[in-house]
Amino acid sequence: MAKAKAIGAAAARQHGSVGDVAAVTAANVTKTFGSGDDGVVALDDVSVSIRQNEFFTLLGPSGCGKTTLLRLIAGFELPTQGDILLEGEPIGHLPPYQRPVNTVFQSYALFPHMTVSENIGFGLQMLGKPQAEVASEVERMLALVRMEALAKRRVDQLSGGQQQRVALARALAPHPKVLLLDEPLSALDLKLRKEMQIELKHLQGETGITFIFVTHDQEEALTMSDRVAVMDNGKILQVGPPREIYDHPADRFVANFIGETNFLTAELTSLSKSGGRVKLPSGKTVAVTLADGEFSEGQVTVVIRPEHARLTKAKSKTTLTGVLRNIVYIGTDTHYHLRLPGDTPFIVRTQNQRDTQESYQQGDELGIEISANAVQVLRD
Amino acid sequence: MSAHDQTVGLDTGLKKDQAGATAETARRAEVRGNVLLTAPALIVLFCCASGPLLIMLVYSFLTAGDYGGIIWGLSGDGWSNVFMQRDIFDDTLSIADAHISIFWRSLKLSVLTTVVALIFGFPTAYFIATRPLKTRNLWLFLITIPFWTNLLIRTFAIVEVIRNQGVINTALLSFGLIDEPYQILFTDFAIMVGMTYVYLPLMVLPIYASMEKFDFRLVEAGYDLYATKMKVLRRIILPLAKPGIVAGSILVFIPSLGAYVTPRLLGGGKNMMLGNLIELQFGQGRNWPLGAALSFTLLLIVMAALIIYVRGVGKSDGQHG
Ligand SMILES: Nc1ncnc2c1ncn2[C@@H]1O[C@H](COP(=O)(O)OP(=O)(O)OP(=O)(O)O)[C@@H](O)[C@H]1O
Ligand SMILES: [Mg+2]
Repeated sequence: MAKAKAIGAAAARQHGSVGDVAAVTAANVTKTFGSGDDGVVALDDVSVSIRQNEFFTLLGPSGCGKTTLLRLIAGFELPTQGDILLEGEPIGHLPPYQRPVNTVFQSYALFPHMTVSENIGFGLQMLGKPQAEVASEVERMLALVRMEALAKRRVDQLSGGQQQRVALARALAPHPKVLLLDEPLSALDLKLRKEMQIELKHLQGETGITFIFVTHDQEEALTMSDRVAVMDNGKILQVGPPREIYDHPADRFVANFIGETNFLTAELTSLSKSGGRVKLPSGKTVAVTLADGEFSEGQVTVVIRPEHARLTKAKSKTTLTGVLRNIVYIGTDTHYHLRLPGDTPFIVRTQNQRDTQESYQQGDELGIEISANAVQVLRD
Repeated sequence: MSAHDQTVGLDTGLKKDQAGATAETARRAEVRGNVLLTAPALIVLFCCASGPLLIMLVYSFLTAGDYGGIIWGLSGDGWSNVFMQRDIFDDTLSIADAHISIFWRSLKLSVLTTVVALIFGFPTAYFIATRPLKTRNLWLFLITIPFWTNLLIRTFAIVEVIRNQGVINTALLSFGLIDEPYQILFTDFAIMVGMTYVYLPLMVLPIYASMEKFDFRLVEAGYDLYATKMKVLRRIILPLAKPGIVAGSILVFIPSLGAYVTPRLLGGGKNMMLGNLIELQFGQGRNWPLGAALSFTLLLIVMAALIIYVRGVGKSDGQHG
């Protein structure tokens, strides 16, 4: 416990400036369900710091441990090892009702025997706030989520989007230090979902509360977050702003999980402080960026995003060449599926424009140009 | 494109109307079918409940025969004897203290039984509802075991446990904890314990039924919003389990009020309840009109109690919103 606290405090200090302590810190948290042979390790030595006022997203496939991490922060589960810190204070031992943290549940979990107002006021009432304060705060929350007209409705008479808003208002009303949201938009249809994404982002800015948001939708994660943590199999693989995660994925899983990607095997020929150079299978040498970690010269895997490559008919000087196999038109973009020598698949994405009249045919042998700074070397 | 859309729209609109009409006829047919399905139950109810009740109502206004039965002649004695008694020497009417105390005991013991059954039944139902699905049926099965044996036998078993030479007293005596047998049998307490034992499953099952549908994520939501365990119980679990609690209480209270076997065996001759008093009138008392009037009084008390209870529950429901 003492050790966990020391590590946690160190981790809490790691980010942000002096005195700016992390909102939430997970310090070497391991969570195992069951025991013995059929025990499930839901979280495997996870350490992460979430800053104050941050929109932080946990992104990962089903079963990777996102909900478990959220439930540990909320207090519904206790860590098997490690500790959770809130603003530097260990809270791992506190029951949920003593943590200034509120949750928006995936199923909303609204109280069916109460009205919209009663639901929203519940947390404040339980905190023992005077009636007048509860009432005025409920009014404010109703206005914030634009539900004033439905204040007296029973919650089972609301649409999905309205229930979602009530759940949000109910969790925000007690002014938690951290708001946890477990896939709150997954039950909504696409249009409403987009609206709520904007609304959530707006609410976060307005309230200044730290949001920890769970999703398995990469687009949602990229559009909404200040920082994203990509998880797989109980581990956090990479933490960073959406741009960094997208442009500079740390490993194969992250690169694959977020967006489409081309993988190539290449040889790292030189290393410098900020990057290096690799020799591609075509024999051409290009500058690369490196993922965090130790690298030595030799064989590596690099990724190139499809939109960072461009096709051209002049193929003599280009970085790569390939044979066009397939053209897929998807409205805004066109995907060109190519085969490089050695039968390696490669995709190039081009935005469709009115005036570009490039016409490539299946079977054409084409040159592929790579934008500067678009080749990233992966950690193994 | 848009013209095509419109025709499609019209088309589906038409279909919807037709669908509406067929749905309406289908619904009516279903209602008719439901009435037919309930007919056997209605017939049985009429023959076995309403019919005899009607006969009892008539009897209560007739004259008592000397050796039981009735004599065809109108008389108000049956009803006046419910709460009054006629002095055998000077024919003056006075309040029938014995009857009043029996009414009072019946009411008191029934309410107590309901409350105690609720206190024991609610945690039991909650426990079963929170078991994993696989073991839940086993627990329910265990709850119904008492129903397997005859009520009389079960009650005699209780007598065997609590009587002066019974299991409890023998054990206490042999350990030297008491000097003489502790009188449990033939007390109101014994009646209440017996009735609670007998009717407990009737409390557990409806509460379980309402808890089974309960979404336990609401409990987590409560904890998340700073409610302690007690507050979650009072503000979230109890209100949502209320239909089960109401049903269970009614199911325990009604048979308790009219109980016969349990007070007879555990209360003895002195600690009578309404059921025993009624039986007495049809047996040794040879006063059928009084028995019939008492039966109806019991019925009226049950109805009044139910109306008050349901009204009260409904009102507190309204307050919570
Ligand atoms: N109460 C539990 N008992 C046993 N195993 C559990 C329990 N809760 C979670 N797990 C297991 O822990 C792992 C992580 O589960 P978790 O719910 O955190 O995943 P998730 O990332 O939220 O997935 P999803 O996107 O499907 O919600 C899974 O393998 C799951 O089966
Ligand atoms: Mg989950």
